[in-house]
Amino acid sequence: MSDSILQLTDVKTHFPITRGFLVKRHIGTVKAVDGVNLTVRRGEVLGLVGESGCGKSTLARTILQLVPTTGGTVVLNGRNLATSSDRELLAARRDLQMVFQDPYASLNPRMTVFATLAEPLLVHRVCAPEDVAARVAELMRLVGLAPRFMQKYPHEFSGGQRQRIAIARALALEPKVIVADEPVSALDVSIQAQILNLLAQLTKKMNLTLIFIAHDLSVVKHISDRVAVMYLGKIVELGLAADVIERPRHPYTRALVSAIPTPNPDTERTRQRIVLAGDPPSPINPPAGCAFHPRCAYAQAQCKLAAPALVADGPTREVACVRLADLP
Amino acid sequence: MPLLNVQDLRTHFHTRNGVYRAVDGVSFSVERGETLGIVGESGSGKSVTCYSIMGLIPQPPGRIVSGTAFFDGIDLLHCSPRQARSIRGKRVSMIFQDPMTSLNPFLRVSEQIIEPLLIHENISRRDALARALTMLEAVGINDAAKRIHYYPHEFSGGMRQRVMIAMALITKPELLIADEPTTALDVTVQAQILELIGKMQRELGMAVIFITHDLGVVSGLCDRVQVMYAGRIVETADTRTLFKDPRHPYTRALQRSIPALQSKGAELYTIPGLPPDVSKNIPGCAFAPRCEFATDRCTAANPELLELDATHAQACLRVQAGETLART
Ligand SMILES: Nc1ncnc2c1ncn2[C@@H]1O[C@H](COP(=O)(O)OP(=O)(O)OP(=O)(O)O)[C@@H](O)[C@H]1O
Ligand SMILES: Nc1ncnc2c1ncn2[C@@H]1O[C@H](COP(=O)(O)OP(=O)(O)O)[C@@H](O)[C@H]1O
Ligand code: SF4
Ligand code: SF4
Ligand SMILES: [Mg+2]
Ligand SMILES: [Mg+2]
Repeated sequence: MSDSILQLTDVKTHFPITRGFLVKRHIGTVKAVDGVNLTVRRGEVLGLVGESGCGKSTLARTILQLVPTTGGTVVLNGRNLATSSDRELLAARRDLQMVFQDPYASLNPRMTVFATLAEPLLVHRVCAPEDVAARVAELMRLVGLAPRFMQKYPHEFSGGQRQRIAIARALALEPKVIVADEPVSALDVSIQAQILNLLAQLTKKMNLTLIFIAHDLSVVKHISDRVAVMYLGKIVELGLAADVIERPRHPYTRALVSAIPTPNPDTERTRQRIVLAGDPPSPINPPAGCAFHPRCAYAQAQCKLAAPALVADGPTREVACVRLADLP
Repeated sequence: MPLLNVQDLRTHFHTRNGVYRAVDGVSFSVERGETLGIVGESGSGKSVTCYSIMGLIPQPPGRIVSGTAFFDGIDLLHCSPRQARSIRGKRVSMIFQDPMTSLNPFLRVSEQIIEPLLIHENISRRDALARALTMLEAVGINDAAKRIHYYPHEFSGGMRQRVMIAMALITKPELLIADEPTTALDVTVQAQILELIGKMQRELGMAVIFITHDLGVVSGLCDRVQVMYAGRIVETADTRTLFKDPRHPYTRALQRSIPALQSKGAELYTIPGLPPDVSKNIPGCAFAPRCEFATDRCTAANPELLELDATHAQACLRVQAGETLART
């Protein structure tokens, strides 16, 4: 497909659990990402949602090759990242950038804004040393920061401003794809909206592809073209943002959507809510078959047999549930 | 007589960088059985208000400069330490955003849950343990007989929150103060915890002060809401009125910046600028630098919270002057 920029095929990232101090014993495996198939289109905003621990951040780190993949392939612009040489990887890193949740932790407290933004420019030799200051100023303006703050340190900025600096750093190398892992979760409502607008505006202006991870579905719906819902290391539903969130098909997505409190006192008090029992299960010993079956209201014996594959449900949606045809 | 009546509370922090007027003239009351929501951005003084009532302000740097907080006729801010102890932790209890602030990591959960009972009630250890077990079951901990002997780190985030709720409710308090108890949790777990608080409230007939920055959570849970900005209450009303007919420009702006209420794809409404620095002297209305309706008069006079009718009060000078603030 010519309009796809990133392709994940059966991607698996497992972590060994070891015990013991001197002699490490292997006692189990965390299947953080366990068979993800996903094609990301050039220029789209793809939202990724799911409960804590379902593997969103691990998938993000896998895409950026920050953790070793256990299986499957990540192909960026036709190049398989897993088999790339170091030099090719370095080039790929320029095209792929990440923005993290915590703007406090992700910036070096001892580096000024100038140093933070100049570093990638110099490391990757994208501009001559004498042009760096001008480029840093340009980046700062792009994210709505006044260049006169160039010599300030991260602690002198508010959370929202720090997130702008982190976004500017991600944009420094003019990447093609940005993976933003909960970039607004740590921010106040009014500041969240400012950062969301900035991301939306930048993706349009620079024809960026954005993978946007969040647990707030209303935020995801607002910014994304498509949404992927993850449960225990797998994608269980994928489709157009408004469709998935307004008319969820997979039983898990239905529960997730119904758990969002709505800011309307009239409907909020009367509406039927699906409250899932229990905690999200652990990816160490995921339930057999459909991993959602212990919490699923529609589960039957057949659900415990095999993990359902993600299959097409209409032209724009994919759902992984064996009982899809029987669901109300 | 209201259960809790707070008048003109002022709590300031004296630091090297100046005096932070974290709470600066806050008055409100809570009736028996009522649920009051307190919303506002971070730093607006929500937690400090409740910490002041609970006697949890570190002094120094903090100082309760003025005010009274009558609980059932006893002023918690000026009564004897003995009287305060008979109320705090027994008739009024508090739960926190991070359960680890109230759970001791080195002590088994069983010891921590029975502690308030052993302090406040003439009860044997055995009976206390039996009550603790019943309470853990009531808050939905499966296999409670075994898990009661666990350490806090052996529980997931959602379960720790339940343990903390069990601990807060075991003395059957008349007032529960909940400081963002679901902010760090998944929406699915949040839905469980909100249901639990509602259920316990109905069973015990207790009043709840629920602090949150999420207007969605407020809409389903609270009878009345008050909005804080820069250490003051700017608007208070019954929940329905606050959502349907907000009058203060800050409340209106806060509501407009919720993604769920805005059409998809459009640029999100944002409140320009940042919340004020409460260590600086703020002349007049603290919201003026960000308010689209501000005029010179707004910084000349100090706004007070005045009643529009018996259940609705707000602090915008222009609304009080009878002006209609229409958006342009
Ligand atoms: N380096 C690691 N070693 C062992 N287990 C890990 C490692 N990194 C992540 N995991 C586990 O993998 C699972 C998925 O974690 P991940 O951080 O991807 O979740 P997430 O969806 O991003 O959650 P959250 O919403 O809380 O950020 C979790 O069970 C986590 O404990
Ligand atoms: N121990 C402290 N020392 C100095 N300032 C404090 C302290 N605790 C709170 N503050 C200040 O008080 C203000 C209100 O804080 P808080 O009540 O925690 O806000 P909220 O709960 O609404 O987010 C903030 O400006 C904060 O920095
Ligand atoms: S496959 Fe079965 S258990 Fe899984 S979501 Fe569908 S109905 Fe529920
Ligand atoms: S008093 Fe003035 S600045 Fe303050 S909210 Fe009202 S119109 Fe805005
Ligand atoms: Mg994560
Ligand atoms: Mg707080």
